Amino acid sequence: MAEKISIGELHLSGCTGCLVTLADNYEGLFKLLDDYADLAYALTLVDVRHVPEMDVCLVEGSCCLDDKLSVEELKEARAKSKVLVAYGACAAYGNITRFCRGGQWNQPGHESYVPISEVVDVDLYIPSCPPCPQEVRNVAVMAYLLLRGNDEQKKLATAYLTPLMQLAQRGNEACGCDLMYDVINQGLCMGCGTCAGTCPVRAITMEYGKPNVNRDLCIKCGACYSQCPRSWFNFDVMNNYEGIMDAIKGAMQ
Amino acid sequence: MDVLGNYKSVISARSTDKDVLKKSQDGGIITTLFAYAFEEGIIDGAIVAGPSDEPWRPEPMVATTKAELLAAAGTRYTISPNLYLIKEATRSYGLDRVGIVGTPCQIQAVRKAQLYPIGMRDVDDKIALALGIYCMENLSYQALEAMVEDHCNQKMESVKKMDIGKGKFTVYTERGAVSQMPLKLIHKYVQPGCHVCLDYVANLADISSGSVGSPDGWSTVFVRSMKGNDVWDGAIKAGLFETKPMDQVKPGLDLVKKLATEKITKNQKNVDARKTVGLKADGTPKGLRNPYESP
Ligand SMILES: Cc1cc2nc3c(=O)[nH]c(=O)nc-3n(C[C@H](O)[C@H](O)[C@H](O)COP(=O)(O)OP(=O)(O)OC[C@H]3O[C@@H](n4cnc5c(N)ncnc54)[C@H](O)[C@@H]3O)c2cc1C
Ligand code: SF4
Ligand code: SF4
Ligand code: SF4
Repeated sequence: MAEKISIGELHLSGCTGCLVTLADNYEGLFKLLDDYADLAYALTLVDVRHVPEMDVCLVEGSCCLDDKLSVEELKEARAKSKVLVAYGACAAYGNITRFCRGGQWNQPGHESYVPISEVVDVDLYIPSCPPCPQEVRNVAVMAYLLLRGNDEQKKLATAYLTPLMQLAQRGNEACGCDLMYDVINQGLCMGCGTCAGTCPVRAITMEYGKPNVNRDLCIKCGACYSQCPRSWFNFDVMNNYEGIMDAIKGAMQ
Repeated sequence: MDVLGNYKSVISARSTDKDVLKKSQDGGIITTLFAYAFEEGIIDGAIVAGPSDEPWRPEPMVATTKAELLAAAGTRYTISPNLYLIKEATRSYGLDRVGIVGTPCQIQAVRKAQLYPIGMRDVDDKIALALGIYCMENLSYQALEAMVEDHCNQKMESVKKMDIGKGKFTVYTERGAVSQMPLKLIHKYVQPGCHVCLDYVANLADISSGSVGSPDGWSTVFVRSMKGNDVWDGAIKAGLFETKPMDQVKPGLDLVKKLATEKITKNQKNVDARKTVGLKADGTPKGLRNPYESP
């Protein structure tokens, strides 16, 4: 077995739900840590005080511009990691921290929370609040194949990770409205119901086969947009679903 | 990739269950397979297009009994957002093994949810059986209503069955009337999202089925995945289907292939044409999004 990759989690302004999600892989997390990845850095899980060099850094939470330490650590993590991931909705899109406007105990002066891409370049997004354990697992296995695999595995991993990298290029705004702008207004929606099924706060209902977003409920987690089959769909990966799922399952056995 | 997708076998088949055949659209493949999968414990429930409070408007439903499956049998030529229930099925309904039926685009959504479970926690390994139905195009409910009531002059509530075949859209009423309209007239009613669809026969399903290629009352069945293969073999052994080899039925697989090729070629052109829908001030093309290229 090739050498493990190193993964860390940098915790900014998030609720720790993303970190818990990692643990929600249960025995899968042990398998990942036994065979594929060393946990190089993670608040509460690893006794390392300063941001180390890492292959992959998962950043949880948005970045509070009024908190100098957050800004510094984020920049340091960027400089020291090969792949920087916006892990979860706050890091990728701001999520509920978009609604913060200061005046909160015990840091009343903290009011400017931005998705991390407003401070540093981000390589890859894993949206949703919370993210799904299975998606983190898939990305971890693919990152391992990308960095340590043979040519064929590298090709598969690149194909798999590309749309998640393109999401990072697309920008730091995503919410139910983006379904309207980038899918429905573009004549792409076919009424599958995925967006409504995926929304963690049930902000979307299907009215006569098309999504209706209750904007007051939407927390801007980006799950609906990234899960929609018409926001992006890569045939090369999806047509091979059986093989890829078997490969991931095999890797986790 | 072939226009018909990957498959292990293709066969013409019809359910041997008379109750199913009374309700089903074609050979009753979907309803029979789900009923069998319940019995065998392959699934604990199936997401199907159930009835709603309006005539012919489907509402996604989790069926856990054969009676519920029968209530949802048959085709409604309008959107049923079946994926809406996919996560819910594992939560509120507590299913560990979910069956789901869907059009090709919906089966694509299922596979995306499994490979990229971004907002679909704990769903990937709970999809136990994904059955696909062929689909050329789909309609909004209002479009279907216009076709039935304005073109065919029938009330939605009086219709017993709707069918598409041999170039016509046909409605059969409870009182025995038959009204038809030529298929080419429905094109203006098709939902725009279907114009970029590159799958006709649900290439990514475990098993997919439709009427085209087989005689009336029969279905053409593609067995595609390992899982689909096991389920199909079991159902055949249990005597649930009569079958005929595909090369011995009319009009046969060539017609399926022809329609699939036509659909995909036409829609690929639409996808490409989106690149140049408008012009920027400097005269360069100003395109629309291509979901197959990037987010
Ligand atoms: C919009 C549409 C277009 C179609 N176009 C073609 C075509 O061009 N060529 C072809 O051969 N076949 C087409 N079909 C498929 C065909 O009409 C039958 O659904 C298929 O042959 C299955 O019949 P069956 O007797 O095996 O299934 P049944 O036992 O009748 O079961 C059908 C299943 O499909 C579900 N269902 C019904 N309506 C919908 C819907 N709108 N969305 C999702 N699920 C639904 C039902 O709940 C049921 O579980 C189309 C179906 C739809 C919905
Ligand atoms: S509508 Fe729901 S899924 Fe979409 S961004 Fe808002 S909260 Fe997230
Ligand atoms: S997931 Fe996308 S295609 Fe499906 S209903 Fe929602 S917006 Fe439409
Ligand atoms: S034509 Fe394609 S997009 Fe439209 S309903 Fe059928 S499978 Fe879905």
